Amino acid sequence: MILLIILALLTLVGAVAAMSLRNLVHCALALTVAFAGLAALYLQLDAQFVGFAQILVYIGAVAILIVFAILLTRGSETPQPSILSPSWLGGIAVAVVVFSVLAMTIVRSAITDRNLPAAPQVSVRQIGEQLMTKYLLPLEVIGLLLTAALIGAVIIAMQEKETK
Amino acid sequence: MDQIFVTLKHWLVGFGPAQCQPIISAIISVAGIIGVFATLFAITTVLERKGLGRIQNRYGPNRVGPFGILQPLADGVKAIIKEDIVPRTADSVVHFLAPLVLVAPVFLALAVVPMGRNMVAIDIDAGVLFFFAVGAATELLLFMAGWSSRNKYSLLGAMRAIAQMISYEVPLILSAVSVIMIAGSLSTVKIIEAQAGYAGGLPRWFVLTPWGLAGFILFMIAAAAESNRSPFDLPEGESEIIAGYYIEYSGFKFALFFLGEYIGMFAVSGLAITLFLGGWHAPFAFLTWIPSYVWFFGKLLALIAVFIWVRGTLPRLRMDQLMNFAWKFMLPMALINLVTAGIWRFLDPGISRWLICSFLVLGPYIMLARGLLQGSNVGKRTYRYAD
Repeated sequence: MILLIILALLTLVGAVAAMSLRNLVHCALALTVAFAGLAALYLQLDAQFVGFAQILVYIGAVAILIVFAILLTRGSETPQPSILSPSWLGGIAVAVVVFSVLAMTIVRSAITDRNLPAAPQVSVRQIGEQLMTKYLLPLEVIGLLLTAALIGAVIIAMQEKETK
Repeated sequence: MDQIFVTLKHWLVGFGPAQCQPIISAIISVAGIIGVFATLFAITTVLERKGLGRIQNRYGPNRVGPFGILQPLADGVKAIIKEDIVPRTADSVVHFLAPLVLVAPVFLALAVVPMGRNMVAIDIDAGVLFFFAVGAATELLLFMAGWSSRNKYSLLGAMRAIAQMISYEVPLILSAVSVIMIAGSLSTVKIIEAQAGYAGGLPRWFVLTPWGLAGFILFMIAAAAESNRSPFDLPEGESEIIAGYYIEYSGFKFALFFLGEYIGMFAVSGLAITLFLGGWHAPFAFLTWIPSYVWFFGKLLALIAVFIWVRGTLPRLRMDQLMNFAWKFMLPMALINLVTAGIWRFLDPGISRWLICSFLVLGPYIMLARGLLQGSNVGKRTYRYAD
C-alpha cells in the first residue's frame, strides 16, 4: 500500500512538473519520469509484460520522439514566463469541486459492494496464446497499421530530400 | 564447489530476521553483482589497452604495476582528483544527473543474467523483455548527456548515437526472438535449461545450429553497435567528433560514462552467452566438474577478447554506412533467420534439416551482400606494409 502511494506520487509529480516547468526539454524529461512511475505501477500490480512493454515503448521510443520533436522545432527558445493564468485560484476551486462530486458518486454507488474475483495470474505465455488465437485479427490489423506508418514515415523523409 | 556462492548467500541471509530476509537477500545479490562487475571493468580496461597495444605493434601501459596491471588504480585516482568542469551555460541539473542515471539501468540489466547454476539475481517470467526494456531506457540518458552540454558537437554526437542505437535495436531484438521462439520462454533460466544436454559429444547450444550461428553473429554485431563500440563508435570517436556527447564531461563523470559503456558491453555479452552459448553449461560432458560460474566468466572473457580484437582490427564505419548496414543488411538477415529457426523446429532431426537451414542462411547472405554492393568492382585485397 505504501509502495502504491509512493509510485502514484512519483507519477503525479512527474506529470505536474511536465506541465509547469519552464524549459521545454525539462518538461519532456519530467514526462519520462511520469512514464516510469506508470510502468512501476504496472509492475506492482504484477502485470510484468505490460510494465516492461511500457518501458520499452514509452521511455525507449516515445520519449525520444518527443525530445527530437522539441529539438528540431523550438527548443532553442528562451524559457517562457510563468504559465499560470491569472485566475488560477478559481480554477483550483472548480477542479476540487468536480473531483469531490465524482468521488462521492463513485464511493456511494453499488460498485463498492460487488464481489471481486481473485486476481488472475497472467503469464506472458497466456498473453501470447490469446494473441495468436482469439485476438489474431486485431494483431494482424495492428501489424498492417504499423507497416503503413513506417512506409509513410519513409516517404515523408524521402520527399524532404528531393525538394532540396 | 559449484554452489559455494549460493550457500554463502543463504548463510548470510540466515542472520537477519524473517521479515527482512528477502530484502537482505536482494541487497547481497546486488552488492555481489556490483563488486564483481566493477572489478571486471577495471581488469578489462587494462586488458583492452594492452591488447590494443599489441595489435598495434606497441606495448600497452607497462609502468604502473608488473606489466601494467595496476593501471586501473592510477586511472581511478586520476579521475577522482581531476577538476570537475561544468560549462557556464550548461543545464546544470541535467548535466549532473545524466552520468548518474546512466549507470543504474546498465547494472539493472545484469540482474537477469544467470551467472551460474541457481545464480540469478531476479528470476522473472519475462527476463529477456526486462533486459531490452532497460537497454532502451539508456538511449534517452545519452541524449540528456549530449543536450545538456549546450555544445553543437555534443548535440550532434548525441543525435547520431540515438539514431545508431535505435537502428541497431531492431536486429538485436529480432535475433533474440528466434531463440525465444525455439526455447519457448522469455525467462533466461528456462532458455539456459533448453540448451542443456549433449548430443553426440557436442553440446546442444543454440550457436551450433545454422540459425543459431547466424543469430549469434547478428546479435554480436548489433551488441557492438548498441554499446557504441568500435567499429561503430562514430558518436564518440576521437578523431571525428572529439568524443561526441561526452565532450564537456571531465573527471569522475567521464569515468562514470566509461563505466556505463563497459558494463553495458558486459551485460549484452552476458545475454549473448545466455541466449546462444548455453549460459553456464560446460562445452563437453567430461568437463562438468568445473564450476558453472567459471564457465560463465570464461565465456564472458572470451567474448570481451573478441570485442577488443574487432576494435583493434576494423576501421570505423561512417554514419551512412552504419545506417545502411543496419536497415538494408541486418534487418532482412534477422527476419530470414526467424523463418529459418521456425523451419528448423518443424523439420525432423537429420542431415536434411541441416542442409536446408544452412542454405536458407547462406543464400540470402550472399545475395544481399552482392546485391548491396551494386556492382561496384571490389577487387582482391592488397596490403601495403611500412618499410
